[in-house]
Amino acid sequence: MSQSHQKQNPAFYAVIACLVFMAVGPVALMFINSFKLDVDIISGTGGLLFLPTIQNYETALCDVLWYELDHLDFCSLKFGGAFINSLIIALISTALTLVIGCMGAYALVRFRFMGRDTVSLTTLMVRMVPPAVLLVPVFGLWNNEFCLDKDGLLGGLIRDAFGGRGDVCLAGTHSGIILIYVAMNLPFVIWILQSFIVQVPRSLEEAARVDGAGPFQVFFLVVLPLIKPGLAAAAIFTFRIAWNEYLLASALSDRNTKTVPILIVNNMSEFNVEWGVIMATGMLLAIPPIIFTLLASRQIITGMTAGAVKG
Amino acid sequence: MKTANRLTPYMFMAPAALIMAIALLYPLGYMVWGSFRDWNPSQTIGEAEFVGLKNYITLWGDPNFRESLGVTLRFAFFVVTFEMVIGVGLALLLDRNIRGMSVLRTLFILPMMIAPVVVGLMWRYMYHPTVGTFNRTLDGLGLGKIDWLGQHALTSVIIADIWQWTPFIFILALAALQSLPRSALEAARIDGATAWQQVWHIKLPLMMPVLIVTGLLRLIDAFKVLEVILVMTEGGPGLSTEILALRISRTATEFRELGVAAAMSNYLLILLLGLTLAMFAFTRWQEARARRVRAAAEEDL
Repeated sequence: MSQSHQKQNPAFYAVIACLVFMAVGPVALMFINSFKLDVDIISGTGGLLFLPTIQNYETALCDVLWYELDHLDFCSLKFGGAFINSLIIALISTALTLVIGCMGAYALVRFRFMGRDTVSLTTLMVRMVPPAVLLVPVFGLWNNEFCLDKDGLLGGLIRDAFGGRGDVCLAGTHSGIILIYVAMNLPFVIWILQSFIVQVPRSLEEAARVDGAGPFQVFFLVVLPLIKPGLAAAAIFTFRIAWNEYLLASALSDRNTKTVPILIVNNMSEFNVEWGVIMATGMLLAIPPIIFTLLASRQIITGMTAGAVKG
Repeated sequence: MKTANRLTPYMFMAPAALIMAIALLYPLGYMVWGSFRDWNPSQTIGEAEFVGLKNYITLWGDPNFRESLGVTLRFAFFVVTFEMVIGVGLALLLDRNIRGMSVLRTLFILPMMIAPVVVGLMWRYMYHPTVGTFNRTLDGLGLGKIDWLGQHALTSVIIADIWQWTPFIFILALAALQSLPRSALEAARIDGATAWQQVWHIKLPLMMPVLIVTGLLRLIDAFKVLEVILVMTEGGPGLSTEILALRISRTATEFRELGVAAAMSNYLLILLLGLTLAMFAFTRWQEARARRVRAAAEEDL
């Protein structure tokens, strides 16, 4: 335990360099390979000596590019559409989860009401439910029960507007996937935000109340601005799950609502893997979380420790 | 002046409670209900025949299910053990005042933030028998190739998970270390404790509460892993990496036996419920003990 700032054993720095290499290496490898042609990847000559090309990215994004590609006759990979689906689903579900989650967390921290202990305990319990467990019931419910009758007023309107034959169901729509993501992330968000809301001094809220603010005004104008770091952490974690999730999305989406992870898994399971294109799609999927990590690592770490240390 | 009345907390709680009731609790109940039925995807649950405990009993006698349960338990055990040892070890090693620690931590959390699907993709490439990085390096060094995702599939999958999640343990252990009371460490140093003695007798025991919660959290999460394994091996070869989550999804989508899949989900849920209760009981016990210690200290004064 030396207290000096810089004088450390050289071996110590070697260990750190090695760790950084291990942590970042695979990501860097994928990044480099996404700029290689399949021929270069498979022949493996040269390592870093190759002619970088953006052809893989062009192939992946062929359905949203404005110019014609020479190397491609037919655009089979609808990556652009999937990317937009992923964005819609992840952003809306994150926003909803945050708003609803912080209201819930606030109620649990600041009020004593009947059923509070039950709600708090349930929230803690459902946090451990894995997505795989939800697969069967969600598939059944979203396809059969969470439907509007096609002869009903609202169901008829939606069916006329969007076409289709049967009843109007949640399965296959963006809202269906968003609903399950919001529900899945809520327990975690409520849990993590509680530890931030506890720290807001009560006197501030009371002062606002004396000045004539109603409970909702107090919440939105006084409490929310004070827990911004907590909100940022919760937002990143929620976005990460909604953006990366595969299993439930694959059960609930149809041709038009596919998200990026589904697209990648579908292309992986084919016999002849086109490594370059797959790496490019993987890189595109990884970029938003990587950006968040680089911008807000402090918030992520705070959120992680707040979540675990305050069991 | 508008004041908070008795309805206010309910108004704050209502949206969250409603959504969790509709999209979590109701589906869970639905699943329990469905697990007692012989149910395939073309039927609604009302049309499915009630078969009592048949699904559960069949599963218990099914060697494939047992194999899959065994794989899951082995995976979770090894993953958590290695991650705890490596993560805590690294935290003890790197708990120094060095420049650029925040940059290091940022780089370390990168693996956790990347989509499991992409992690599976990267490792599948690196493990590839001919074009993969590992075998090419081994080849270059003149050593034999290793059949990573064939013979050693479970080990390979475990290594990938260790890569992705050790940083989680590391970050939490580091946070725990840095919040230890300085006075205890100072006293030990003055008494002439060696670095090892400090670690064994002071740091680790003081970190223990946080470490146990961290380990349990990680254990619960280890049962949720699915995508990484799906992309890397699809559960194969044979059943060697088919963890329960994967088997549930295959039973539901490939074998089209929703009732059996629901019963399997229930087994998994019961397992996780036990773990969560253990964690809950532990934190309660910890708090109670801390309170007793504090009360005793006040009496001494």
